[in-house]
Amino acid sequence: MSVRRLPSSILGGLGLAALILLWHGLTASGLISKAFLPSPAATLDALVGGLRTGDLKGQLAATTLRMLNGWLFASVAAIALGSLIGISDPVRVYLRPTLAFARSLPASAVIPIAISLLGLGPGMVLGVVTFGSVWPTLLATVQGFANVEPRLQDVARVLHLSRLQYVSKIGLPNAVPDILAGMRLSLTIALILAVIGEMLSGQEGLGSAVLLAARAFRAADLYAGLILLGLVGLTSSYGLIWVERRATRWRQAALSPNPL
Amino acid sequence: MKAWRGALVPVLLLALAELAFRARSGPSDSLAPPSQAIAALLGTLSDGSLLVGSAETLATLLGGLAIGSLAGLGAGLALGSSDLLRRLTFLSIEMLRPIPSVALLPLSLLIFGFGYGMEIAVIAFATFWPSLILTQSAVAQIEPRLLEVARLLRLSRWQRATKIVLPAAAPRLMTALRLAAGVALVVAVTAEIVSNPQGLGHDLMVAQETLRPARTLALLFWVGLIGWGKNAVLLRLERWLFAHRGDVDTRIAT
Repeated sequence: MSVRRLPSSILGGLGLAALILLWHGLTASGLISKAFLPSPAATLDALVGGLRTGDLKGQLAATTLRMLNGWLFASVAAIALGSLIGISDPVRVYLRPTLAFARSLPASAVIPIAISLLGLGPGMVLGVVTFGSVWPTLLATVQGFANVEPRLQDVARVLHLSRLQYVSKIGLPNAVPDILAGMRLSLTIALILAVIGEMLSGQEGLGSAVLLAARAFRAADLYAGLILLGLVGLTSSYGLIWVERRATRWRQAALSPNPL
Repeated sequence: MKAWRGALVPVLLLALAELAFRARSGPSDSLAPPSQAIAALLGTLSDGSLLVGSAETLATLLGGLAIGSLAGLGAGLALGSSDLLRRLTFLSIEMLRPIPSVALLPLSLLIFGFGYGMEIAVIAFATFWPSLILTQSAVAQIEPRLLEVARLLRLSRWQRATKIVLPAAAPRLMTALRLAAGVALVVAVTAEIVSNPQGLGHDLMVAQETLRPARTLALLFWVGLIGWGKNAVLLRLERWLFAHRGDVDTRIAT
């Protein structure tokens, strides 16, 4: 009874503490070999040590930068291209199957082509990250343009808005929630592809750090890298959710009091 | 209807690529014209290597998907029906979920070695989270009156799950499965490209490393075709199963 009344944050913290305790129990009792699962204390040591000496810090910065750069390029390209496609119904009809195919292609499958075209350098990784994270935002932008309220399209016609004005005044503002949702998905993909790219090309970053730690049987370093990667994913997705709430606040305010 | 419109753009692009290749002289180590890629695709089909690779990839995909989505379904049902459990676990789930599954490949390799096991484990991890979250939200969106009926009839937990919750949430669960299948294919191919020496991803990597661009492109196209076909089949199945209920969410199309 009384447990139920605790606030969610405390309950969540209790749950996480229990999970870490379970982790500690599993390693302390020797049920799982330390080669596969280091103790929580050893992992924390590796994490703090790595951050203090700067090894992990550099790798963290490299991966985050790679992810953000590729994601930003991709977002700009996707929103521009998506507006172009979304503004015209005929173009959409012609391109939809092509986009559907491109979207269902696992982005990592283009890595072999990217390697033969761009070599094993940082440019290849950035290219793959950008290519892979274009699709969700692109499709979301097209979707957002397609879902513009028909009455608003009538308004645009009555006001004789030019195409550019339609995009900037009606299309894009209406597509913002879709675009941001797409960008959130794109960011997850960008992180995944940055990690894969680093693993394959040996570029500095958490991806190659995790790979090297596993090859050298340094389990604690491996888990420290995984935790950092989880944190990068967590912060970036929560950051975008926060932006989403702020950016769509006007919309909710405009929609909620009077549905007309 | 009017399927030619959708086909026009890819056909034009391929024709352009072919022309561009014919125009320049000398062979390339990194790209090949579409005609050679098609020939390479037919070649891998006839010597059976394409089918072997596809079978390996699909088998691991199905294994991982089955484990991951069943575990996610079970956990999602449990969390969806108990508010206390949901609040106890949400923080842990939010911490674990964002770990990119591909980062687990080195760990999985350490534990399982090369082969089906390491790949299945990572696919199961990757598909567990979307199934868990989507099942949980499917359960949360069940019409409250149905749950009141269950209470009135004094159904046991098990009866409530099988007679009320699962049928009511079925369309959304199917959507969850389709999304998880998409994730599974990506992770499977990625695992094979990065480390596991089997399946289509490995074939792709070998084709690139041995400088056979036509074969690389053919395999890339084939992987895309599998992803697209799998999605189309699941989408059709979903519509066919639940069309009469009128509540299929086809907007989420991956």
